[in-house]
Amino acid sequence: MARNLQAELDKLKERILLLGSMVEENVRNAIRAFLGNDLALAQQVKQRDDDIDDTEISVEEECLRILALHQPVASDLRFVVTVLKINNDLERIGDLAANIAKKLLFLRRENKIHDAVTVPEELHDMHEKTLRLLQYSLDAFVHEDADLAYKVLVLDDEVDEAKHVIRRKLENIQQQDPSQHVYLSSVLSITRSLERIGDHATNIAEDVIYMLQGRIIRHDTDEIN
Amino acid sequence: MSDSPASIVSIDDPIVRVEHLSLYYGVKQALFDITFDIPRHRVTALIGPSGCGKSTLIRCFNRMNDLIDELRIEGKILLDGRNIYDPTEDVIRLRSKVGMVFQKSNPFPKSIYENVVYGLRIAGEKRKEVLDEVVEQSLARAALWDEVKDRLHESAMGLSGGQMQRLCIARAIAVRPEIILMDEPCSALDPLSTSRIEDLIRELRGDYTIIIVTHNMQQAARVSDYTAFMYLGKLVEFGPTEEIFTLPKKKETEDYITGRFG
Repeated sequence: MARNLQAELDKLKERILLLGSMVEENVRNAIRAFLGNDLALAQQVKQRDDDIDDTEISVEEECLRILALHQPVASDLRFVVTVLKINNDLERIGDLAANIAKKLLFLRRENKIHDAVTVPEELHDMHEKTLRLLQYSLDAFVHEDADLAYKVLVLDDEVDEAKHVIRRKLENIQQQDPSQHVYLSSVLSITRSLERIGDHATNIAEDVIYMLQGRIIRHDTDEIN
Repeated sequence: MSDSPASIVSIDDPIVRVEHLSLYYGVKQALFDITFDIPRHRVTALIGPSGCGKSTLIRCFNRMNDLIDELRIEGKILLDGRNIYDPTEDVIRLRSKVGMVFQKSNPFPKSIYENVVYGLRIAGEKRKEVLDEVVEQSLARAALWDEVKDRLHESAMGLSGGQMQRLCIARAIAVRPEIILMDEPCSALDPLSTSRIEDLIRELRGDYTIIIVTHNMQQAARVSDYTAFMYLGKLVEFGPTEEIFTLPKKKETEDYITGRFG
C-alpha cells in the first residue's frame, strides 16, 4: 500500500512538472511572439494552451483519486494538496500567456501595429524577471528548497515595480503620439498579464513553503521580509 | 509538564497524568519512562506498530495488568491527582471510575438487561426503578435502545457483533465511569458498525474521557482529539490529532503514519 502510494506520488510529481514546463515555455513564447511580431508563434501559444488545460484536468483528477483511495497524511497530504494548488496557478498562468499571444493576433487583425512601434526596453526586462520568478518557484518545488521559495516572494516586488515604470513610459509615449493608443493599451495589458503571472508564481512559492514547513504564510507579508 | 520534550504537548487540567512510567514483564522492559497528560473529556488515541506497548499502556490505566506474574511498574499514574498504583488504592473503586471495552465484545451470557445492570447489582443496587432507568439511559446513550427495547430480557448472545460492542459500551457507562478505555473496539466490526461506534465515541466525549487504542490510523484521525504515537515502548510524540496527521514533529511519527516504516 505504502509503496503503491509512493509510486503514485512520483507519477503525480512528474505530471505537474510536465505542466510546469509547458506553461513556462508558453510564457516565454508568448512574449517572444509579441516582441518579434511573430504570428505563427502566437498561434502556437494559443493552441498549446489547450494542451495545458487538458493536463491541468488530468493532474486534478489524479490528485482527487489519490486523496480518495490512499487518504494520505502528513508530508504526503501536504504534497498532494500543494500539487492541487500549484496546478490551478499554472493553468491560470497558461491563460495569461495565451492572452498575451491573443493580443498580438488582435492587433494584426485590426491592423494596429505601427511601423515605428515603440516597446519600452523595460518590457524585455520585466519579461525576464517574470520568467525567472516562475522558474524559481518551480525549482523550489522540485528541489524542496524553502530558501528559494522565500526569494520568489521578495523578487515579486521587482516585477510589480517594473510594471509601474513601464506604465509611466507608455503614458508619455501616448501623449506624444495619441494615434498609437490601441497599440499602447495592448502593451499595458501585457504588462498587467506579466504582473499577474508573477503573482501566481508567488502563490506557487507560498504553497511550496506550506508543503515544506506546514505553515500557511499567505497574507503574512511581515514574516517574509 | 516542565520536563517534557517539544514533541509532547502539555495539557491544561488533565484528568490523568502519567509520570515517568516504566513497566517490566520480568526482565523485559515494555514501557520506557513515559510522561504525558490525558486531557479531560477528550478522546485520546494511542497508535503505533504491534508490540509498541500501546495495549500495555492502556491496561495500566485501570490496572488490568495487575494479574500478570513478575510485572513491575515504576513511576506514577495520577488520576485526578491520586496515584492509582498507591498501595492503598482500592482497585474495585478504580475500575468503577475507569471502564473498559475490549477488542472482542464480551457480553455476559445473560439477558441484555442484566448485562447493563451487572456493575450496579455488584455494587448492591436493588431498586428496580433505578435499574430500569439506568438500562434505558445507558442503552440510549450507546445508541442501542431503539434496537433492543422490546427484547431487553432476551439473551445478549443473540445480538449482532456491532450491537454486542455497543452493549459493552452501555455496560461500561452504566456505572458512570470518568474514563472509558477502548482497546481496538472496532477491529472485529464491519464498516457500518465501525462508523456507528465512531459516532458514539464522538458523542460520549462530552461526558467521558476516552482513551482508545487503534491500529486503524484513519480511525484515530477521525475520532480522536489527541494522538499519542508509541514505538518500542517509548512515547515518541503526543499532540493534537490534527497536527500529528498534518505536520508531525518527529520523523518516526511521519514514517509510521505515512506507511514508510521499517
